[in-house]
Amino acid sequence: MILPEKQITIISGHYGTGKTEFAVNLAIRMAGSNRQTALVDLDIINPYFRSYERCRELESAGVKVYVTSNQGTMDIPALPPDIMSIFVNAGQQSLIDLGGDPVGARVLGYYRPQLEQVDFDFWFVINQRRPENATVEQIRHCLQLTEAMSGRKVTGLINNTHLGRETSAEVLLQGDMFAASVAAELNLPLIYTTVERKFAAELSGHLIGTLFPIDLYMIKPWELSEEKGGHFAWLLEK
Amino acid sequence: MAKELWKGNEAIAEAAIRAGCRCYFGYPITPQSEIPEYMSLHMPKVGGIFLQSESEVAAINMVYGASGAGARVMTSSSSPGVSLKQEGISYICSAELPAVIVNVMRGGPGLGTIQPAQGDYFQATRGGGHGDYRVIVFAPANIQEVVDLMQDSFELADKYRMPVMMIMDGMIGQMMEPVEWKKPAVKLEDLPAKPWATTGTKGMRAPNVINSLFIDPNASNDHNMRLHAKYQHIIANEQRYETAETEDAELIFVAFGTPARLARAAARLLEEEGIKAGVFRPITIWPYPYDALYEAAAQDSVKAVVTVEMNTGQMIDDVRIAVRGCKPVSFVGQAGGRVPTPQEVAAAARLALGR
Repeated sequence: MILPEKQITIISGHYGTGKTEFAVNLAIRMAGSNRQTALVDLDIINPYFRSYERCRELESAGVKVYVTSNQGTMDIPALPPDIMSIFVNAGQQSLIDLGGDPVGARVLGYYRPQLEQVDFDFWFVINQRRPENATVEQIRHCLQLTEAMSGRKVTGLINNTHLGRETSAEVLLQGDMFAASVAAELNLPLIYTTVERKFAAELSGHLIGTLFPIDLYMIKPWELSEEKGGHFAWLLEK
Repeated sequence: MAKELWKGNEAIAEAAIRAGCRCYFGYPITPQSEIPEYMSLHMPKVGGIFLQSESEVAAINMVYGASGAGARVMTSSSSPGVSLKQEGISYICSAELPAVIVNVMRGGPGLGTIQPAQGDYFQATRGGGHGDYRVIVFAPANIQEVVDLMQDSFELADKYRMPVMMIMDGMIGQMMEPVEWKKPAVKLEDLPAKPWATTGTKGMRAPNVINSLFIDPNASNDHNMRLHAKYQHIIANEQRYETAETEDAELIFVAFGTPARLARAAARLLEEEGIKAGVFRPITIWPYPYDALYEAAAQDSVKAVVTVEMNTGQMIDDVRIAVRGCKPVSFVGQAGGRVPTPQEVAAAARLALGR
């Protein structure tokens, strides 16, 4: 598995594509490979299903977590000054989890002077099963607006096609084919095709994108009963 | 058609457009702001009107006006915004106008929090506004159901000439789930005529009057009694509910919206311990399915009834009315934006059973 090489990796995309699930998984994977890793929850759009909600899992995996506003629960976007440290700490690799859509990428404008000084990747997450992500034209439009709003060029695609709890191997294979054609059309590298871990063995060797196995962290409250301890054990301690 | 992954709020908006809604008036408030956002993008594409009003009060009165003129119209908000709409809802009920009102609930009271809650049960089912009125209230528990109920909401609103509310906690508005568009989009030309609407007489008929003012007490009483008869008809005909494993259950959870899903998860945990727990889920919380719940609770096998809510206990009043004292009723829930875990719900069930 090839992991990010740059000091900063920015993760963007249409909302609901699964940026946050991917960012949390990637951060935990990087920290598990003995890299000094930070995750910046820079979502200034949405107060629900944020990477900060998995702060405890991230920190116990060794990931340093930064968050906007009042621990991510306030409706008022605010950028605390400690986020600036990710641009100067060259010994640390940081993931920036942006809010959805071009409007979520706007916050990057604030960090423009800092981004001029460091090496970074800007990855764009797609999910074929999102109705506004289903054609090359729709993705191109969203991506171009994202680039215009952030002032930064996207450097790679992440295929995170899934259908929630109704994901099947067929959905994943179709998504992988689709993402490969989008990548070719947009002349961008397809960095990963994410696959929920239970499908990884079945799909290994059948994907065009590099398989990135995903564990589900951004689950819904009623799905907690399906967890037997694992990384949510602390939530169930009573 | 292949299933798609939709966010609750955007699915509400798309479902409304597919149901023939062509006028939307609203004002942004978390956690429902994706509804006006989606409407602003997509309503113009079908020739409809999206208007961000200056306030929720203005929005509900725009609904009154557009509905009076015969439009399929909707507004949406979240708890504090729906409080502001209450005066308009009372007027719309009295004037007998169809409308769909969506409340994606957050924690209250006051400004509260932006996290999910169900503290507006009383407001929705008892009426936050003044006077003797009712609105039909749907409480969907997943996004597919939101989509499926939207067309029904507009149809019932037209049929009974009254508002239909759809209330859901913020979790349902904000989460993502697979959706299948089962019904074809409504064609506007197929909608039933509204001979009562103020569409202009063109010199061909007497003017239609839309009014909620009845100065004469006898006329006002007649109007109230006519509305009352309509509500009685709805109580008799429009109750909806779903049961899961309630037959021969030892314990019955009663829950609407997200807590119904928590209760299902808790029931599975209890099953592993040999406790048979079922879930009774009202889909309409007005009219409330009292008799169906009584039948479920009155079974010999049932030892306890536990209501699960994301508030400090509101629907429990209706559960007690339904159960009529035949079984002990207890409550588990949390308010102000925290969602209980299935484990906490299961613990409340054990307590109710004395284990």
